[in-house]
Amino acid sequence: MPLTEKIRFERVSKVFSIRDENSNRGKKEFTAVKDIDFVVNEGEFITLVGPSGCGKSTLLDLLGGLTKPTRGRILIDGKEITGPGLDRGTVFQQYALFPWKTARGNIEFGLEAKGVAKKERKEQADYYLDLVGLKNFADRYPHELSGGMKQRVAIARSLAFNPDVLLMDEPFAALDAQTRETLQSELLRIWEKTGKTIIFITHGIDEAVYLGQRVVVLSPNPGSVKKIVDIPLKNRLEDADLHSTPEFVKARREVWSLLHEPEFIGANI
Amino acid sequence: MVTIGKQLEKPKKPKQSSEVSILFSAQKVFKQSIVLIFLAILWELAPRIGLVDPAFFPTLSEVIGAWWEMIISGELWSHFAASITRSVIGFILALVVAIPLGLAIGWYPLARDLLNPAFELFRNTATLALLPVFMLLLGIGEVSKVSIVFYACTFPILLNTIAAVKNVDPLLIKSARSMNVSSIKLFSKVILPASVPTIFTGIRMAGTGCILVLIAAEMIGAKEGLGYYITYAQYNFLIPEMYAGILSISALGLLVNLGLGKLERRFSKWKPNPNANE
Repeated sequence: MPLTEKIRFERVSKVFSIRDENSNRGKKEFTAVKDIDFVVNEGEFITLVGPSGCGKSTLLDLLGGLTKPTRGRILIDGKEITGPGLDRGTVFQQYALFPWKTARGNIEFGLEAKGVAKKERKEQADYYLDLVGLKNFADRYPHELSGGMKQRVAIARSLAFNPDVLLMDEPFAALDAQTRETLQSELLRIWEKTGKTIIFITHGIDEAVYLGQRVVVLSPNPGSVKKIVDIPLKNRLEDADLHSTPEFVKARREVWSLLHEPEFIGANI
Repeated sequence: MVTIGKQLEKPKKPKQSSEVSILFSAQKVFKQSIVLIFLAILWELAPRIGLVDPAFFPTLSEVIGAWWEMIISGELWSHFAASITRSVIGFILALVVAIPLGLAIGWYPLARDLLNPAFELFRNTATLALLPVFMLLLGIGEVSKVSIVFYACTFPILLNTIAAVKNVDPLLIKSARSMNVSSIKLFSKVILPASVPTIFTGIRMAGTGCILVLIAAEMIGAKEGLGYYITYAQYNFLIPEMYAGILSISALGLLVNLGLGKLERRFSKWKPNPNANE
């Protein structure tokens, strides 16, 4: 498969001004991410891993168009990101489902934003509910669903308006280990089926290695790319005990050592 | 909206036989009414056995008799109608003014910062303390009573609406914004529905406050209404009628609360109910 460029970070930096009691203006500058520069290919599953405070969420907000970079720019299909858009779908750690809407209603929300006709909305919503295995829970409200189910709805919602890129901000961090494992393999299955470009943020090394074709290791203060590790795993879905294969152990070891180099000492992993 | 609840595929519960459920509901009714029945018996007996002076505290049966007379003669209804008309008009006016205003103030931080100190001052001035002012300015007619009800209802609704808009989960707003929805859509599809439960808390508070203030206003200066009737009965030593009037007010309060509670449940169906005894 020829690699087509999908997303390009061009020396992206983001500086916030934050409160500072010691300075006379009461403000000081804080660099969240600095000189981020890498390319994501079309249809690629890429994971970003790093300790907290390395600017993971800032990167995702930038990609989502919710904030603008202070310097540099981010291109999608060669066009600079200027604001939020339905070519990107975001899945948040805390689900962010609308509690007054049913599972189907939540999925229809994005379709409505896209301007899809009402009848078609329902069909699409049902299709994606089926895709995430929640066909029988369409009329449940979020509070009637388990954490794993909520996250499935959130994934379905982001897939439903058919974005090219799926942005995922530690989507499985709040789930129990069992559910997390199930959802990880389901996400891989969905990815293979839909061919989306996925940018997946996590602080779990295992998760990053298991899901990502490449793992972007970030270092803190200020957040920057330390190294991009290729993960040569094949057939992730076929090998039931992939985590104990030599390839996985080796890749995991490499990411682990990168995250335990001197500049991380004291950082929160 | 109404049918959604029925379509839910709840996890199958073991079916109860109808006999068991009748017994169950009978037990529930008994539990809920036992204390009331005891109070009623106490009220009936206390004057009879001389615990209280029957002239000032007539038996329950006497009060109910007087109540019945008033219902038959239509006297009670005219006072009841007067009170309810005033409270409903004032209440609806407050809804119409306070909800849109609260939404606007909650949405614009500048408006919130400018107006909040004034609101805090108004809110913490007991409405009844302002009653003389209302009467001086607006007379003792309908206008002053409707106005004071309006005033009393406005603040709980307004302040709760402002708080509701301010406290909408920022993650929901972020999530909607990431889907590129317009500001108008964001407001009508996210902010508004998310605010409904908190707004309703304000509406219920207003419902309680509205009766309280109205009765007080009627007691001070009015020619009809339940509040007026109670003082009238007291001055003319119509003691059973006075108690009948008080009971009518309890009934009015219960009615308002029940109605608002029903409405609230309808609009907040999506909320998990921690007290659900299913």
